[in-house]
Amino acid sequence: MITVLRAGPLTTVQDLGRPGYAHLGVPRSGALDIPALRRANRLAGNPDGTAALETTLMGCRLRFEAPATVAVTGAVATVKLDREPVSGPVVDVPAGGVLEIGRAVRGVRSYLAVAGGIAVEAVLGSRSTDTLAGIGPERLADGMTLPVGTVSGGVDGVAGDGSPIGEEIELGVRLGPRDDWFDVAGLFGTPYTISPMSNRVGARLAGTAVTRARAGELPSEGVVLGAVQVPADGQPIVFLADHPTTGGYPVIGVVGDVTPLAQARPGTTVRFRDLD
Amino acid sequence: MKVRRVGASALLIECPDATRVEDWRAELWRRRETGELEAVDIVPGARTVLLDGVPTGTEERLAGWEPAPGGTRDPGPLVEVPATFDGADLPDVAEIWQVSVEEAVKRLVETPLTVAFCGFAPGFAYLRGLPEAWSVPRLPAPRPRVPAGSIALAAGYAGIYPTASPGGWRLVGHTPLTIFEVRREQPALLTPGTRVKLVQQ
Repeated sequence: MITVLRAGPLTTVQDLGRPGYAHLGVPRSGALDIPALRRANRLAGNPDGTAALETTLMGCRLRFEAPATVAVTGAVATVKLDREPVSGPVVDVPAGGVLEIGRAVRGVRSYLAVAGGIAVEAVLGSRSTDTLAGIGPERLADGMTLPVGTVSGGVDGVAGDGSPIGEEIELGVRLGPRDDWFDVAGLFGTPYTISPMSNRVGARLAGTAVTRARAGELPSEGVVLGAVQVPADGQPIVFLADHPTTGGYPVIGVVGDVTPLAQARPGTTVRFRDLD
Repeated sequence: MKVRRVGASALLIECPDATRVEDWRAELWRRRETGELEAVDIVPGARTVLLDGVPTGTEERLAGWEPAPGGTRDPGPLVEVPATFDGADLPDVAEIWQVSVEEAVKRLVETPLTVAFCGFAPGFAYLRGLPEAWSVPRLPAPRPRVPAGSIALAAGYAGIYPTASPGGWRLVGHTPLTIFEVRREQPALLTPGTRVKLVQQ
């Protein structure tokens, strides 16, 4: 069992999410930085879909009641065991040990996998906290306890290196389905910055407004992960894991890989590149 | 029928009207059941059906599929929803419709409804069937909290709030039915294609 001593501003349980329920209005959810989650699980000896913790900017502090093997990936942050900094991503925590993930100095989200996984109750096939729909386990709060699952006996995967975290990111976009509603040259021509309003639902961008080529309202339609939705003010929003399943603003294009946005801090410069 | 590309692994089928959306939705669900179609999510919208998580080559295969029109395919399951028509906005709805409150309730119980699509919140179904002329505008500002089970109207649709949430739809009544429950085998009571009848209590 794990006791949460300091939950941090937003620490949630995440796995690979709950695809397959979008027709019921249930978002996919899941870790924002899937490669970092996979890497943490492999380092901890867990299968890929095992639930781990996702922290936001300020980390968290946890006490482990039983000995545990833990791996921390994602944002660059100091990890301490019983107040002493640890060197590698894998930490053997003794019974009663206190592990702290500090403030992220690069990137935003850290992933903490524990051998055996975070064994909260699965909801619709996933242990992910969905911040938009309110499905899945509660976000972590100080004093809360988390069950740890049974260690499965190790996995043969190579964890590999973490993704680079940049001050500037470039996102590849495939235009459509509603690119004909816009002057698309505007999207590729100018840099945007990540707004502090960004969250697990979407990365809000600020910059030169994307201008409409036609007026009118779009009847609600299904949207996918990475969709670049352009509301009436022309400032794009890139949909992340907790995005709504349908939307009424037209989608100019879809980002091929949203992972860099999971670690992009407010103020990061974003440029779009045409994948066609 | 026009198919639009959505990123690397999704497609959007555009339909001329909501009836055709339902035809395509039913056809695609059927083909997925039989193994002819591979798709992670099939999501109907107001005028479209989204296929998410499809392999390359799916678009070419869609061109050869012609869904059966509504008259010939199997109708969806019927759910009778017990309803008490005591909503705070019912008098306003009646006024917009230029009828008495009794006549407004009669219209609601006598109109066969169908789940067109879900969205906004898990299990929130957009029910179509009310004629376009009975379309009512959303409230100028949403209420901060609408209780679960509230039956409401907006923009030509009826809907039932599955959980308490903010909302700008006009409240006409409520039902004691649990609309969405994650621990139920079928978590959503009102899935796309389901026929709905409001039954006055």
